[in-house]
Amino acid sequence: MADDLKDLKIELSKNGIFTTTLEELYNWGRKNSVWPLTFGLACCAIEMIATTMARYDLARFGAEVFRPSPRQADLIIVSGTVTKKMAPQVVRLYNQMPEPKYVIAMGACAISGGPFRDGYNVLKGIDRYIPVDVHIPGCPPRPEALIHAFMTLQKKIEEQALAGESRPRHLHKELPSEFPVPAFGAHDLEPPMNRDVFTAEPGNPLKVIQ
Amino acid sequence: MSLPCPEEIKTQIEAGVPGAAVSVIANGSPSAQHSLLLDHAHARAVAEFLRDHAEWRLDYCSLMTGVDWLDAETSEKVKVKKVVKAADGSESEQEVEEVRKTKKPGYLEAVYHLFSMEKKHGPVVLRMRTRDRGDGARLPSLTPVWRSAEFQEREAFDLYGIVFEGHPDLRRILMWDGFVDFPMRKDYVPPVDEVPVVAPQRPGAPGTSSEARR
Repeated sequence: MADDLKDLKIELSKNGIFTTTLEELYNWGRKNSVWPLTFGLACCAIEMIATTMARYDLARFGAEVFRPSPRQADLIIVSGTVTKKMAPQVVRLYNQMPEPKYVIAMGACAISGGPFRDGYNVLKGIDRYIPVDVHIPGCPPRPEALIHAFMTLQKKIEEQALAGESRPRHLHKELPSEFPVPAFGAHDLEPPMNRDVFTAEPGNPLKVIQ
Repeated sequence: MSLPCPEEIKTQIEAGVPGAAVSVIANGSPSAQHSLLLDHAHARAVAEFLRDHAEWRLDYCSLMTGVDWLDAETSEKVKVKKVVKAADGSESEQEVEEVRKTKKPGYLEAVYHLFSMEKKHGPVVLRMRTRDRGDGARLPSLTPVWRSAEFQEREAFDLYGIVFEGHPDLRRILMWDGFVDFPMRKDYVPPVDEVPVVAPQRPGAPGTSSEARR
């Protein structure tokens, strides 16, 4: 929003008049009611569960409703080691979620393979197949880190434009909402990464690496 | 009654199972956990003998694992007498040191740890070795004797490629069915799928074409 409009809005609010834009109202609603998927992979999932319980209480941020079905969820927290055998199922779950949908890659394993990176059975980061919005390092990250990642995601949702070139992926009609599910090959997953998603190319709306 | 020493177990096995060839593999470490190497043909009969032995009753197989032994090459220096020609043409016999290399073919090994729940003793360690690391990587399965070996033999099949003959359900257990490699073998090389990440270069940075043009 332009600065003079912002000033006008502040001026009006001082006089008891509340103004907003459709974009702001829409994003304000979305960011305060993110429904994560009930989905955990390894030890990071224990920290994720702790985050939702009384002490850390993710409900303060409007994300207490963990949905048991991907059809009702708009956030997938990839919490833990993604083995090559599990990776197709993670991509399939993501594909089954309705737009707009977001991904948090939680912990060293989910963002890069972590300590198992040089092993034979662990995927070197879920961002090889699906676009990740927030990466959290840590092994496992503490609940505060997950809350910080969640607030980062909220900020991202809040700032998303509904029109124009900078609008998010789900508002670009030509961009995919589903991503190819990798197949089990003779030596590795086929393909080992989705080059449309896992790219260093600047300006690609699907890009993961900045 | 506690378990006798491995040599005594070996003697009793050879008396109880006719034709069985058992050898004791000594463990030189402080644990001194010596083991018994079984031959393929009598392994099943020996296993049943140990399980049903009235005094030992080794009814529980707590662990089954695979070991990969690569082809080994040992070299030793040997002194050999040889006729050596000197520079002036005269011949003389001298002692010359020669390096002799001996190649030992590799094999895969299966190790079983046996305990007795009834008699509260153990372990007795059994070993079996395959003929080689290729087509001959076959061993008799001991799952029909100790059911607890079922999944662990599947794991050894999956990760080491040991085919257990007589196993009721020999499939890969951790990797997928279409996988062809054996990741726990020492010569396994994981697929290279790293992508070199090239940072986008700033225009005008040293080394870029715009810099060179100036």
